[in-house]
Amino acid sequence: MSIFIDDKTSVVVQGITGRDGSFHTRKMKEYGTKVVAGVTPGRGGGKFEEEIPIFNTVKEAVEATDANTSVIYVPAAFAADAVSEAAISGVKTIVCVSEGVPVQEISRALLLVKENGCRLIGPNCPGIISPGKSKVGIIPGQITIPGPVGLVSRSGTLTYEIMYQFTLAGMGQSTCIGIGGDPLIGTNFIDCLSAFEADPETEAIILIGEIGGTDEQDAALFIKEKVTKPVVAFVAGVTAPPGRRMGHAGAIISGSEGTAAEKIEAFEKVGVEVARRPVDVVELLHKKWAKIAS
Amino acid sequence: MKLHEYQAKEFFKDFGIPVPAGEVAKSPAEAYKIASEVGKGVVVKAQVHVGGRGKAGGVKLAANPEEAKAKASDILGMDIKGLTVEKVLIAEAVDIAEEYYVGMLIDRRTQKPVIMVSPAGGVDIEQVAKETPEQIFKEVIDPRFGLHSFQALSLAMKLNSDVKKARVIAKIMRALYSIFLHIDASLVEINPLIMTTDEKIWAIDAKINVDDSGLDNHPKVAALRDTDSELPQEIRAREADLSYVKLDGNVGCVVNGAGLAMATMDLIKYYGGEPANFLDIGGSSSPEKVLAALEIIFADPNVKVLLFNIFGGITRCDDVANGIVRALEKLDEKPPLVIRLTGTNEEEGVKILEAQGIKATNSMDEAVQAAVELAKKA
Repeated sequence: MSIFIDDKTSVVVQGITGRDGSFHTRKMKEYGTKVVAGVTPGRGGGKFEEEIPIFNTVKEAVEATDANTSVIYVPAAFAADAVSEAAISGVKTIVCVSEGVPVQEISRALLLVKENGCRLIGPNCPGIISPGKSKVGIIPGQITIPGPVGLVSRSGTLTYEIMYQFTLAGMGQSTCIGIGGDPLIGTNFIDCLSAFEADPETEAIILIGEIGGTDEQDAALFIKEKVTKPVVAFVAGVTAPPGRRMGHAGAIISGSEGTAAEKIEAFEKVGVEVARRPVDVVELLHKKWAKIAS
Repeated sequence: MKLHEYQAKEFFKDFGIPVPAGEVAKSPAEAYKIASEVGKGVVVKAQVHVGGRGKAGGVKLAANPEEAKAKASDILGMDIKGLTVEKVLIAEAVDIAEEYYVGMLIDRRTQKPVIMVSPAGGVDIEQVAKETPEQIFKEVIDPRFGLHSFQALSLAMKLNSDVKKARVIAKIMRALYSIFLHIDASLVEINPLIMTTDEKIWAIDAKINVDDSGLDNHPKVAALRDTDSELPQEIRAREADLSYVKLDGNVGCVVNGAGLAMATMDLIKYYGGEPANFLDIGGSSSPEKVLAALEIIFADPNVKVLLFNIFGGITRCDDVANGIVRALEKLDEKPPLVIRLTGTNEEEGVKILEAQGIKATNSMDEAVQAAVELAKKA
């Protein structure tokens, strides 16, 4: 079906009545996502667009509906708390879109997420989409088509840029997941690679990384040992100066650690081709597939 | 956000970490006064947000107030790695017998705070990590418990095997964690933490970096920001809620999305140009933000052309085009622009711009190449 979301995904929207929450709930519904509940403290008992019941707490929402997934569109100051609330409410997957969540707060919330056997995607991410089926988050559906390519990325619009190239080339996507631009995230590259490897609908994987941290380097080693499907990568931030945060809280070169060059080298060492321009990713995968076929 | 040494030491004092007496001075006269109050030999330390102050001549000993005044006069106004020294810390000089390193940050792999110590204090810890990593000892901190006493003591005994001294050091480590937690720090460091010849423990340097994402929860800490060490454009960018980093090139760029912005800078370089900046305008298409972005980038006299790279998913390209047109109306001179619009309503967006005589394309590569060419010709 896809990774992490499927036709059994039913969503509770935390922050449903906010500006972003309401806009994106409409978009998710239009796309075909099963949105069964919303949460805004103080608005419990009401209905969103005369259809979706609103509750004061996530627990109440889960008890009343069959929600198994939560998506969070609340301001950064409340987001870690929203993650914690979701973690103990009974949902199994949490997508946190919010950007600017204090790092120590998410460090604590992650403990609850793990303890309750949940998966957190994000924070500071556009979420996840299984083209033609369902989406949880803000990834625009109109730039995707269903197909065999899985995408995992730390970015938002850079992901859309590359995904769109695949759509224009007629190479559809099985799932596209944005894992987020923060230094601490709930789901990393290895988690996604592992899921894509096990997913019968995914035949190739595109990995979009950027400066900061060691997730790409760890992923390269994992690919060498555990991934048989073809992987092609792109890494942003070749021209980023050290020590400066490049927008994303996690996009920072600390000392000499976390440079784009280091990540590109790690991928090339294990046979993962790295595109030099976003527009080259499609061609690189074509070539790799052709090589495998011959 | 970085705090100066003197600001970090105030937190140390509040939380019971011993620091030598001293105060910050903005003039040689103030330095004289403070040195007289301290009453002993002092050290005059430049307060700037860079490492290697000592090597750059920004840290000097002074045996008496007259010397302190002279050293302050030398150091104030000095340029250290591009920053001008506006303040110096005048602190009591102490005799150093041993120097240790103690630091704390959030480790991305374990996703928890980690405390690191080393008996190789007073030097660049990155060098120690490279050359003698066996001299660094770490403990992962469970955020639900904080730093356990037994963890702190175990690490402290790696610094000083005398358990009495180790207990004093361990107490300092736990106080450091309290600060780390209390202000949502991303890094706290004492390098060096020293033991004097008469066996007293002092933190003679202090470093605190605060998580930018935590600042809204700590307005008093946010108010400690030293805008003197920031470029005016950086201050303007922060106030306009734009993410901006100045670079050295002449091709400016405004992009929606940090990853796409980095990829844009990279592509400019790929095609033979030099990026002038990083700027993420986010998902907004408001004319106010566009205008702020234009003004910030063109405040740099190096910039010859500005490239807008917009992928409109949720953001609508016609909204962005209108934002750009309205922003340009506020400017006397129309700067050289290349605009790339792709996504929702891209055709409408391109039409709006071309009606104003502004070239627009939906290809990122074409746009970058056009911008690089324009910059070369200018």
